[in-house]
Amino acid sequence: MKLELRGITKRFGDFTANDKISFTVHSGEIHALLGENGAGKSTLMNVLYGLLHAEEGEILIDDVPQHFSNPGDSMAAGIGMVHQHFMLVPVFTVAQNVVLGNEPTSAGGIIDLGKAREKVKEISDRFGFEVDPDALVEDLPVGVQQRVEIIKALSRDAEILILDEPSAVLTPQETDELMKTMLQLKNEGKIIIFITHKLREIKEVADVVTVIRRGKVVDTVSPKETQEKLAELMVGRAVLLNVHKEPQKYDEVLLKVENLSLIGEKGVPALNNVSFEVKKGEILSIAGVQGNGQTELAEVLLGLTKPTSGEVTLGNIDLTHKSVKQTLSTGVGYIPEDRNTDGLVGDFTLPENLVLDQSDVSPFAKWLNLNLPAINSNAINLIKQFDIRAGSAHSTASQLSGGNQQKVVVARELSRDLKLLVAAQPTRGVDVGSIEFIHQQIVNERDKGIPVVVISTELDEVSALADRIAVMFHGKIIGIVPGDTDRNTLGLMMAGIPPEQARKEA
Amino acid sequence: MSENNVAVVDKDADYKGDVLVPIQWKSPIAYGALTVLAAAIFVPFAGAGSITNFSFSQAGDLIEIPNVAIPSQPALIAIAVVLAGLCALSLKFALDRKKAPILVPLAFGLLFVTALLIFVLAGNPATLPVTSLLSGALFLSTPLVFGSMTGLICERVGIINIAIEGQLLAGAFLAAVVGSVAANPYAGLLAAPLAGALFGLVLAVFAIRYFVDQIIVGTILNVFILGLTNYLYSTVLTQNQGLNFPPPLPTYEIPILGQIPVLGPVLFKQNVVVYIMYALVIVLQILIFKSRWGLRLRACGEHPEAADTVGIKVNRTRFRNTILGGAVAGLGGAFYTVAAGLSFNQNMTSGQGFIALAVMIMGKWTPKNAIFAALVFGFANNLQITLTAMQISIVPAQFMLMLPYLVTIVAVAGVIGTVRAPAQEGVPYKN
Repeated sequence: MKLELRGITKRFGDFTANDKISFTVHSGEIHALLGENGAGKSTLMNVLYGLLHAEEGEILIDDVPQHFSNPGDSMAAGIGMVHQHFMLVPVFTVAQNVVLGNEPTSAGGIIDLGKAREKVKEISDRFGFEVDPDALVEDLPVGVQQRVEIIKALSRDAEILILDEPSAVLTPQETDELMKTMLQLKNEGKIIIFITHKLREIKEVADVVTVIRRGKVVDTVSPKETQEKLAELMVGRAVLLNVHKEPQKYDEVLLKVENLSLIGEKGVPALNNVSFEVKKGEILSIAGVQGNGQTELAEVLLGLTKPTSGEVTLGNIDLTHKSVKQTLSTGVGYIPEDRNTDGLVGDFTLPENLVLDQSDVSPFAKWLNLNLPAINSNAINLIKQFDIRAGSAHSTASQLSGGNQQKVVVARELSRDLKLLVAAQPTRGVDVGSIEFIHQQIVNERDKGIPVVVISTELDEVSALADRIAVMFHGKIIGIVPGDTDRNTLGLMMAGIPPEQARKEA
Repeated sequence: MSENNVAVVDKDADYKGDVLVPIQWKSPIAYGALTVLAAAIFVPFAGAGSITNFSFSQAGDLIEIPNVAIPSQPALIAIAVVLAGLCALSLKFALDRKKAPILVPLAFGLLFVTALLIFVLAGNPATLPVTSLLSGALFLSTPLVFGSMTGLICERVGIINIAIEGQLLAGAFLAAVVGSVAANPYAGLLAAPLAGALFGLVLAVFAIRYFVDQIIVGTILNVFILGLTNYLYSTVLTQNQGLNFPPPLPTYEIPILGQIPVLGPVLFKQNVVVYIMYALVIVLQILIFKSRWGLRLRACGEHPEAADTVGIKVNRTRFRNTILGGAVAGLGGAFYTVAAGLSFNQNMTSGQGFIALAVMIMGKWTPKNAIFAALVFGFANNLQITLTAMQISIVPAQFMLMLPYLVTIVAVAGVIGTVRAPAQEGVPYKN
């Protein structure tokens, strides 16, 4: 089997997301698409999957041109896709999700669940997946959910599998398992298109790498190229893969979190007796798989959510019972995990977004009025200082790229005199060049002597920044380990194994 | 195999004995207050030596149960003791941080209502007809059941349908007119769903095609249908009274089942609309959870992208089922006119379409629960009617009229937070 993309061009208004992209993949090949967030990889795959329609170009399977008007057509042609955000219905069972849209039925349109279960079991056994067909998807860990997605694709006889950033939500061990599955699929003669921006994974499994930058194919190379060369192709300039950090020089504990607990919506603890301390000039990274209480922890630190029990103190100030406004004015800087919902107002201009949390204090406010000259000059300074690339100083936040939007949030938070910085997923969906810059800004705050809490699900980020690493699992801190702890140990801890045992097993 | 291959997360395993869920005081406090009411008001004010009369049979029943006269005060004392026991039981469950089994609130509710009736009728020579109280409750809950089925079909597929009220009214109107013109109630019954479906179509076009806020479209439809039917009523129907004189649907008694004491006549001596309702609830309960149609319906309301990526046409599915939901409400509207042989009257649904939404929520978006929720409202409504008719009032009649709505507020407030709506209801799907 052979899949060929020939001159695919996809435009959104004036913006060209894919510009004449061509490449060919053969049976039993893992073809990696390497590119930064926003380079156009996902758009390209959505075109291939029939979710979007290209303005120009052709898709050919075994030299036969294909016309996909919806995902049903592409599935019929043997294409399956595992999306970055899983396309699973949380309240359905595994079997129901696998057969959805393709249901085996008996009389009266009643679904034959026996057949559905068999289908799941058969594929699951073939790959050693151990998936229970009757489990509710929402009760499954993300790694298992991803397997359900793979089973779903294979149950529709997919010969071509698209994996969109499959490791983004996995622990390192789960990623290893995934790599094994990919090789197994390759040996069965499937075509795999593997979208990623992680160089390590490409070196491990890919046969060919196509690098995409700003919607164009930059080059098709062998995965044996050095990491630096691959990174340079992806970003378009040489990249520093490490952050420079001064040695830690203070010993005074500033932030104290004691026995913090929070009962979540379903009556299950989202935070379970969480305690840690952060010293002056120290970065504590909170690692863990998404959804293990990190979001709630960040919200409690800011005062957005009141904890069920426990205390947060900064120096000698009790933050537990303060409102968000009081917490902010105490000098807490907060980079929220989702800039679009919590960090920015999309329709506001840059100057407005840059003073969102200070719009009622001097010098930006005067009685009932905003002091517009002060707000504008503040924006001009910060845009320069943080290298925010915007069409004009009065662009709205939604007109900026993800990396620049994030810089706006970082600039606003760091422009105040801070006593504590809480950064949740500070570089999610940000290009490599901006990651480097944002990391340096966070380290600069630390070097000034400010305690910093960095919450991140990316192990690379955790390791790059941390002086110490706390790993969260099911709302608990599994352990706090030094910043140079290796990935395997951290990965096992992220799966809930205590540090001593994790160290042994790793 | 490493640890992360464990297929299912044991939700209890990791935190037992650590942080404790706060104690839920809500139910013991509510039970306590009602028990105190029963013991401190009902018992002393019932009057010593007074009697409460109940009847359980109607004329012509095969097995006639004699009327029962209960000595009010001793009966109330006995009930108050049992209520106090249930109260303690609920307190124990709360302290153990467990959820009380459904039997506890059920038993408490039934006993409290019994106590209320004994108290209200104490010393009154009139006899309370239990059978007609219950059959009236079922009768009055019929439009609520149809309405809540409409609500849950639409919300399960992702469309919030506030226009149930209007769809019921439109169905009632068309059923009356067509039934009168054809001089056949069944013709009216067949026409009613068309009226509901028409306004389901309007809702679907605006909500799905043009992404207009679903609550706003629904509200406007309600106002529009009310205005339209009022206009037609006061012009066309008033001038041609023959257009608004539908013959009633006959009542059928199902052999054998209809002869079961008390419940037989309640459940199986009804007209065809009630029997259609039974069938509808059973069929929907099976199809929504077991069939291909139901799986796709729910997928569109829970995670439309997931449905789209497996080749299900989300907006087409939503479109069709919104119309289907409208048809169900229209059929329910026939209850007001042809089912009882009544003429159409202005605003004769009087807010029942909104109570149907409360029924849907209380029923947790499932047909079989909705029917029980509907019965609670139907009972509250009929109790109010029966007591008013018997000229028994402890409070002014206007307050009695509020009873069903009061029950709505309490019931919905009680279940909110414990039930989960379809995840993507009310969110347009743009692809």
